[in-house]
Amino acid sequence: MNQKRFKMAALLSVLLLAGGPAHADDEGQSFWDWLGHGTYEGWKGVGVKPVDNKRYNDECGSCHFAYQPGLLPAKSWEKLLTPAGLHDHFGEVADLDKDTLEAIRTYVLANSSDKSYYLISRKINVATEDETPLRITQVRYIRRKHHDIPEKMIKGNKDVQSLSNCNACHTKAEKGIFKEDTVNIPNYPGYR
Amino acid sequence: MKKMHALMTIFFIAAAGYGAAAAASPATDAEFAQFEKDGAKSFSAERGKHDWTRKVASKEGEERSCTTCHDPDPTKPGKHAKTKKVIKPMAVSVNPDRFTDRKKIEKWFKRNCEWTWGRECTAQEKGDFLKFFLTAK
Repeated sequence: MNQKRFKMAALLSVLLLAGGPAHADDEGQSFWDWLGHGTYEGWKGVGVKPVDNKRYNDECGSCHFAYQPGLLPAKSWEKLLTPAGLHDHFGEVADLDKDTLEAIRTYVLANSSDKSYYLISRKINVATEDETPLRITQVRYIRRKHHDIPEKMIKGNKDVQSLSNCNACHTKAEKGIFKEDTVNIPNYPGYR
Repeated sequence: MKKMHALMTIFFIAAAGYGAAAAASPATDAEFAQFEKDGAKSFSAERGKHDWTRKVASKEGEERSCTTCHDPDPTKPGKHAKTKKVIKPMAVSVNPDRFTDRKKIEKWFKRNCEWTWGRECTAQEKGDFLKFFLTAK
């Protein structure tokens, strides 16, 4: 009898755990999407959580790679995502109307590096403990990861041009995967 | 009777096709109406084309024009000067998704006029640009 009860409890807790993340997502992600997102890397959470907000993707991704919110801590995003911050967005005018800005800011702050369990986010979080970088390329962890790549392969490479163009080399950047074996530097095949 | 029906169907399809070819949408009609309310009149694709490549010195010191990022030919894709992201053609003839959402139209006019010319565009300028994009082939 006791054993039966234990089994029931175990089954229930498994069901609850499995259901949890799917419900936790306010963008209405389906259970199957959630399950499908379990590519090995995603499942293990070694990269960074992929963008799962259409508005963020559309608004930010129309000009540049839609950097995952988990690539900066909330204190950085808070400075970037204000009317004044966006009016001079690294020299560009990136004004958003009030509603859109509010929606994007809410999404980003709920998914910033300090709220993520993905490995890259946790590392970024440690690296930014004492500073508030506005650029992802200023995060010391990111700089360290790229510092041994010759300048000609990034700045001097017409198909890359800047460290900020993540997806120029990281072929699975959009999926939040930045592992070395997914890197392909244009015009330098085989270099990793 | 059946024949009549078929004929009418063909007529309606043709009419719809003609509408699409003329490339106006409810969004652009509403935009033009707004521009007129704001004092603009007789929009000219020719003027729009001229403004498209007009260079203005920015306070950052460099000369900027629409074609810093867009292609001079609006039927061709452009490239963001800084991020190098491809910008789809502006001409509706090759990119029919353009100018179907008024909010989007106004958002980009505001941003891009400010960055490029250092000020918002007038209703006349916006209307001329729109005419240029709707007629470019």
